Amino acid sequence: MTVKDYETKVTPNWCPGCGNFGLWQALKQTLVDLRADPGETVLVAGIGCHGHMNNFTKISSFEGLHGRPIPIAVGIKLANHRLQVIVSTGDGDCLGEGGNHFVHACRRNHDLVVLIHNNSSYSLTTGQASPTSSLGYQSKSTPEGKKVEALDPALLALASGATFVSRGFSGDVPHLQEILKAAIKHRGLAVVEVLQPCVVFNKDQTFDYYRQRIKKLARPYLKRGGAIRACLAKNGRIPIGIFYQQKKPSFESRLDQIRKKPLVRQSLRNFDWDKLTGEFY
Amino acid sequence: MKNSFHFKIGGQAGEGIMSSGQIFTKFAARSGYWTFDFVEYPSLVRGGHNTFYATVSAEEVFCTGNHVDLLIALNQETVTLHRDELNPGAGVIFDPDSFQPESIRGVKFWPVPLLKLAQTAGHRLMANTVALGAVAYLTGGNLKILKSVLTDVFASKKKEIIAGNHRAAELGYEFAKSKFLPLGDFLGAKKSLPRMLIGGNEAIALGSIAAGVKLASIYPMTPISSILHFLARFEKEAGIIYFQPEDEIAGISSAIGAAFAGVRSLVATSGGGFALMSESLSLAGITETPLVVIFGQRAGPATGIPTWTAQEDLLYALTAAQGEYPRILLAPGDAEECFYLTAEAFNLAETYQTPVVVLVDKFICEAHRTIPRLAFGRVDIKRGKMALSSFSPAANKKSEREIFPRYRLADDGISRRGFPREGRIVKVNSDEHNEFGLSEESIKNRNDQLEKRMKKTAGLSQLIPAPSLYGPAQAEVTLVGWGSTKGPILEAIKELKANFLYLNWLRPFPAQSVSRILAKAKKTLLIENNYQGQLGQWLKMQTGIEIKNKLLKYDGRQFYPEEIVKKIRSII
Ligand SMILES: Cc1ncc(C[n+]2csc(CCOP(=O)(O)OP(=O)(O)O)c2C)c(N)n1
Ligand code: SF4
Repeated sequence: MTVKDYETKVTPNWCPGCGNFGLWQALKQTLVDLRADPGETVLVAGIGCHGHMNNFTKISSFEGLHGRPIPIAVGIKLANHRLQVIVSTGDGDCLGEGGNHFVHACRRNHDLVVLIHNNSSYSLTTGQASPTSSLGYQSKSTPEGKKVEALDPALLALASGATFVSRGFSGDVPHLQEILKAAIKHRGLAVVEVLQPCVVFNKDQTFDYYRQRIKKLARPYLKRGGAIRACLAKNGRIPIGIFYQQKKPSFESRLDQIRKKPLVRQSLRNFDWDKLTGEFY
Repeated sequence: MKNSFHFKIGGQAGEGIMSSGQIFTKFAARSGYWTFDFVEYPSLVRGGHNTFYATVSAEEVFCTGNHVDLLIALNQETVTLHRDELNPGAGVIFDPDSFQPESIRGVKFWPVPLLKLAQTAGHRLMANTVALGAVAYLTGGNLKILKSVLTDVFASKKKEIIAGNHRAAELGYEFAKSKFLPLGDFLGAKKSLPRMLIGGNEAIALGSIAAGVKLASIYPMTPISSILHFLARFEKEAGIIYFQPEDEIAGISSAIGAAFAGVRSLVATSGGGFALMSESLSLAGITETPLVVIFGQRAGPATGIPTWTAQEDLLYALTAAQGEYPRILLAPGDAEECFYLTAEAFNLAETYQTPVVVLVDKFICEAHRTIPRLAFGRVDIKRGKMALSSFSPAANKKSEREIFPRYRLADDGISRRGFPREGRIVKVNSDEHNEFGLSEESIKNRNDQLEKRMKKTAGLSQLIPAPSLYGPAQAEVTLVGWGSTKGPILEAIKELKANFLYLNWLRPFPAQSVSRILAKAKKTLLIENNYQGQLGQWLKMQTGIEIKNKLLKYDGRQFYPEEIVKKIRSII
């Protein structure tokens, strides 16, 4: 398989120069590297510019509602944990509309990859401020500049119990690819925050802005404390890399019912009627 | 409600009212009787007045009346609150060491030292069992059967607890025998038939299991919580996963994801949770994902009186969620229908690839009754049009040959379903999409796909069973109702020249048969547990017929047959 094999005939409709292109490239390369079966790999997206990726990527997919890709992905995984499920979400989608789901999915450690296209903007709806846009960010919803500090997705993921937490930059495809590969291989909830410049609406966090500030981390921490310190921006430098990776049983691996076979392969009638109804006599 | 025996136990929440009541009905059911029971309780865990009602009869019973033959009063409040319900000749069991009730004309008072006898038996918590022992004697019941029920109910407990309860029942029985005359022969053992004693919620859970549900993601809420309690307790025996989501939005989203991946999935909630779910209902609509949503109504708005019953959400449930997509709504009226209609809902959801709402209420969910044995063998499983194993991607239009044509146009609007798996790419999309599930906004595609979806249920109104007309074909008045009013209405028309048009398939609506039946009716009367007469409004929208006489009740309490009888008498 080549990168082309993971593309539909639909021409990407992102703006020229959009940071989503690099992210998409890294994802396709990773699928090539892992020889991912396009039917068994499922991309679950929310609504936003990020969600368009479903149309261009030739793998199974579910484009759901704004804010809800994570719980949809959880359901897919519970029904068939043999599928490789990748959530593609935006900073608005994941941390605004769907913040509750993000926290709880991390806490439960579902075997999912959560890929956050972080452009610090509600781009599809013309650039309003998002939970991750920085203090002072000017937009149609914050004409005087944002009056609230930014939320750090990696920090939230760590606090919530995700077992793989990372940050990449869509301007550095090979590095992002390495992260993605490790995330997909990880058994448990893997968060990949991607710094994804929106060249139309976000005039603050541009490619250049990031290029001047990013700093690669050498290796992941095994303890959360170290990872928390490592993911925070310090002296104006923004760390990227895998901050944390920890082996812990995933939610799905704790379920006896699906130890032998995924639910979808089980008979619809594998119940014990007498045991179920005994107490009603 | 002739020839039936009415039992009630009341006291403070936390005094074991519910479990003692259930032991009583099980005792009656095992003794060969038909039963109906339910509890009333405030939204509190401890304190507040709780009551348990049961009606027992040699004939089938559909509900309880608002009168009592035997009352176990665990406090003075119970006597005060329920004194007007006591039938002439009724009796009250109370503990003289706890309080001394004032006498009521025509009512017997039976002092039984419940606490003292319980302590003799082993523990003060067995006081209610002492009372049940006394009830067994006073109603001509068989102590052995009561003990067999105690053995089963406490099966998971220590041996001493079972033995103690047996002893408590004996002490109560013997005490009553030594002091009082029996009230009558109400519970004398008869040949017992293979009937189940079950609540609406448990019947819904069993109906889902019989239909092959695999994932239930349910956030707790009265009155549906015992559905999830049952499914969680029996995950392994049922071969399912019960998943507790962080909220109802997550619950329905996960159910939709699971259905996309190929399993039957279930959610259940009440009005508040349904509101949170509604955007996702519409997602199931456009992605053509099968889904069963149990909606247990309670009295609102907002939190309202959350542990009481109502039928306030019919119009809401029929129309909730944005956009146009085929909608199906079924409304079972009792535990047996809960089982079969829930199972049917799964078939409809998969056949028509759309969400199906099953609308019930607290008075169905949390009431229990004896019903004929539920048989999973009577549940057919119909999964609708599925991907052919012979499907070859090369059959596709050249443009996207490797993608499964999930939304291929079809005469009946129903495309084949395929689930993602090795070698099969399946794409679904909440944006308007073409046959491959890729976003497309062209006029032609929009019309094709929307019309395809809307066509799916076109034939369904022809297939649905004609509504039931209970009672004589010729009647002075025809009652019209749905849901949990079924029981009280059936009970009420037993004694009158009235019949009852009962509707349980509400969308699509059986407009033709309803019009035909109502055209023949001399007079009509709408009965609903709401303020606006919502079924009446829906019926008018569907048939143009207006039902002028109405009996509406929205105080959170179900109807009693007596109220319906009175209303019928006033119009004939
Ligand atoms: C329930 C709901 N609320 C609001 C919207 C409108 N909406 C669509 S995308 C979006 C924000 C997208 O921001 P983000 O998730 O960061 O994605 P981006 O476009 O930046 O990739 C909003 C508010 C919607 N589709 N659904
Ligand atoms: S608006 Fe921004 S995020 Fe959206 S496609 Fe254009 S550049 Fe990319």
